[in-house]
Amino acid sequence: MSKQVTDILIVGVGGQGTLLTSRILADVAVQMGYDVKVSEIHGMAQRGGSVVTQVRYGEKVYSPIIKKGDADILLAFEKLEAARWLDYLKPDGIVIINDERVDPLPVMSGRVKYPLDIVDKIKEKVPNTRLINATEIAGQCGNTRAANVVLVGVLAAVASLPIAEMENAIRRMVPEKAIDINLKAFEEGMNIISNGGL
Amino acid sequence: MKQLMIGNEAIARAAYEAGATVAAAYPGTPSTEIVSTFAKYDQVYAQWAPNEKVALEVGVGASIGGARTLVAMKHVGVNVAADPLYTFAYTGVNGGLVLVSADDPGMHSSQNEQDNRGYGKFAKMPVLEPADSQEALDYCKLAFTISEEFDTPVMLRITTRLAHSQTMVEVGSKEEYQLKPYKKNVPKYVMLPGHARGRHVEVEKRMMQLKEYASSSPLNRIEWGDRSIGIISSGVPYQYVKEVMPQVSVLKLGMVHPLPEKMIRDFAGQVDRLIVVEELEPVIEDQIKAWGIPVEGKELFSLLGEYSPELIESVLKGVSNEDLYGLVKEIPARPPLLCPGCPHRGVFYTLRRMRLVVTGDIGCYTLGALSPLDGMDTTICMGASIGTAMGMEKARGSEFAEKMVAVIGDSTFVHSGITPLIDIVYNQGTSTVLILDNDTTAMTGHQEHPATGKNINSEPTKKLDLPTLVRAIGIENVRVVDPLKLDQLQQAVQEELERREPSVIIAKRACALIENQPTGIKYYVDPELCTGCKVCIRLGCTGVNFLDEEKVAVMNLNSCVGCGLCPQVCKFDAIKVLEV
Repeated sequence: MSKQVTDILIVGVGGQGTLLTSRILADVAVQMGYDVKVSEIHGMAQRGGSVVTQVRYGEKVYSPIIKKGDADILLAFEKLEAARWLDYLKPDGIVIINDERVDPLPVMSGRVKYPLDIVDKIKEKVPNTRLINATEIAGQCGNTRAANVVLVGVLAAVASLPIAEMENAIRRMVPEKAIDINLKAFEEGMNIISNGGL
Repeated sequence: MKQLMIGNEAIARAAYEAGATVAAAYPGTPSTEIVSTFAKYDQVYAQWAPNEKVALEVGVGASIGGARTLVAMKHVGVNVAADPLYTFAYTGVNGGLVLVSADDPGMHSSQNEQDNRGYGKFAKMPVLEPADSQEALDYCKLAFTISEEFDTPVMLRITTRLAHSQTMVEVGSKEEYQLKPYKKNVPKYVMLPGHARGRHVEVEKRMMQLKEYASSSPLNRIEWGDRSIGIISSGVPYQYVKEVMPQVSVLKLGMVHPLPEKMIRDFAGQVDRLIVVEELEPVIEDQIKAWGIPVEGKELFSLLGEYSPELIESVLKGVSNEDLYGLVKEIPARPPLLCPGCPHRGVFYTLRRMRLVVTGDIGCYTLGALSPLDGMDTTICMGASIGTAMGMEKARGSEFAEKMVAVIGDSTFVHSGITPLIDIVYNQGTSTVLILDNDTTAMTGHQEHPATGKNINSEPTKKLDLPTLVRAIGIENVRVVDPLKLDQLQQAVQEELERREPSVIIAKRACALIENQPTGIKYYVDPELCTGCKVCIRLGCTGVNFLDEEKVAVMNLNSCVGCGLCPQVCKFDAIKVLEV
C-alpha cells in the first residue's frame, strides 16, 4: 500500500528555529490544497532540550503525530538529534542533517563523549543521508541565522515542493529586512540538491 | 477558506464567534495561548488573573452578570479553581461559561498527569473533548449553548497534543449575543445550606437530562466499519485509532461526561469485541463496566503517559517499531536547562555551594533541581515552596531552618505564595524565602502578572510592589539583591539564615530572554591558567564547555551572553574579558 500522506519530522535543540521551518512547510502544503497537521512542542523542552516538530500533509490526515517508522524525511538541525529521532524514519526514508554540533549537558560537563562518528553511523543505516553545512552557506548568503531556511531549500528540493509557493511563504514569515537573504539562502539550499552534490 | 490553527487558537476563535466578551486565565502550558489569543479580538475583555481560582471567580461573576465567558487553565490549575467550580456547578450560569482544562498526558511541561475528565463526574458537569482544532472550535461554540440550555458550567477538556497541534479550521462568523439581563436570584446564587439543598436537586435533574442529550447529540457518533472490533475513543487518541486501524468500527465520543448509555449499549451489541482507547484514567471504561457491558481497556493500554499511533499499532496489531536502527541507546540525553544569562543560575549555584536544603516551586527555575546545579530538594505545586519550608521547620526545629531556604518565582509568589508567607509570620516560623523576581511569567512564554505593572495587552496598570507587600505581611527583614552578583547574594542568604526571624530576599533581575544582556561582554578561557577543576561547568551553562582531551574549559561564544557568572566562580582567574 503506498502512503497517502507525506510525513516530515523536524528535530533540533530548543531555540534553533525548528518552528519557523515547520510553519513555512505547513503554509505551502495548505496552499497546495492538502489536509495538513502540524504538531509542535512548547514549554519546558524549549529550554535547550531536544525538540521535535512534525508536519503531515495529504488528502486526509488523522494523527497529528507521525508514527514511528513512517517519516518520509527527517530534517535534523543538529547531528545528535538526527540519531535520537531516527526511529521515526521509514526504511527508505531521507535524512537531511545540518552539520552542527550542540553539546548536551552530559557532554558539556565532560561526563559523556559526543559521538563524533554519529553521521557515519546514520549513513550506514540510511543510504539517503545528506549532511549540509547550512550555517556556512547561510553565512555566504549574508547571515548565519538563515541556516534554517537553507535547510528548507534542501527539503523543498528533496520533497519536490513548489518553488513559488515556498518563496511566498518565506516572504510572509520572515522579517521584511531579512527577506532577500532568506530567499537567497533558500535558493542555495535548493541548488545543493539540484546540482546533485553534497 | 480553511486555515491552520493550533487547538488553543481555535478555542479562542470559538469564544469570540459565540459572542463571549469576558475571558480570564492564569498562564500554564499547554493552555496559555487560549486567552492570550482571545485578548487580541476586538470588543472583548480578557485578563490574566493572579491564579486560577481568581480567574474562575471572575468568570463566575461575568456569567452571573450575563456575559458569555471563557476561563482557561492547565489541568493542575483546575485544582486551584476547584473550590468555586464545585459550587458554581450548583448555582449554574446566567451567560454561558466554558472552562477549558488543558491536560498534559506525558507531562511535557507539568508536575503530574492527572486526568481532568474525572472532574465531570465529581463536580457533576458536562465534559466535551475535541479531537482536532475544527472540533475545538465547533465544540467550544456548542459548549456555550449547552451551558445556557442546561444551566451548568461546561468543561472543554483538551490535551497538549490538541492544544499545540495545528490542523485545518474553517472559521465562522461572529454571533450577535446580547448580554443576558441580571436579575437578583438569591436561592440560585447564594449558596447557604438551605439554598444549596435545593440546587443539588436541580443538579441531579440536569445530569439526567444531559445523559439523554448525550445519546442524541451530534457530539457522539458511530463510524461503522468491520464489526469484529468496535473501538470507543475520544480526543486525539481517536485520531491514532483512525490512523492505524481505519477499517474498524469506532464510536467517537465528543462528550465524555455524561456518557451516552443507549448509544454505547447499541454499539456494544453490534461488535464482537469492544475496546476503549483512552489516555490516562479508565474514565469511559469504568462507566461501561459499571453498566455490566463487557469491555477491554486498561488491561491492554497503559495508564501512563501520552499515547501514539505506534502504541495503538503495537497493542492492537502486535507490530513493534522499537529501536529500528539500533542507534538510540548510544545517544547522550539532552535535558532542558536554564538559558545562558538566566538570572536563576547563580542562585542555585550559590544555594548548592552553601549546602542548603531548598524547598522549590513551579517555573523555569525548577530546572535548578537538575544536575549539575542540583539546587532543590522539593517541588510539589504552585506556591508550595513556602508552606513546605514551614512544615520542615516545625518538624525538625528552627536550627534546621538555618540551613534551609524556600525558593519561588515572582509570578508563582503572587499566584499562591502570599498566604503561606502569612502563615510563617503568624505561626512564628523563621524561614528565609527567596523570591526569584525576573519580572515575567517566563516558563509559559513571558506573560505579564500583577508585579510587572502591565496587563494582558501590555498596557500599564498599577504595579504590585513586592517589597511593600512582604513588609505589610509582617516580614521585617526584606532585601533586594542582584542574583548575578554572587558574593552579594551569598552574603545576603547567610545573614538572613542566621536571623531567628523570617526573611525575604528578592533576587531581582529580568529574564535573559526579554531584556538586553547586562554587559555585552565576551569572555575567553586562558588555557594556561585553567586547571580543569570544572567549577565553571557546575553552572550548567551552554556558554562554557569542557574539553575532555585537553582538560580545560572553553567558552562557547555562540551561546555565551556575557552574564559574567563563570569568571566569578573561577578560582584561578582563567576566564578573562575578550572584548567589551
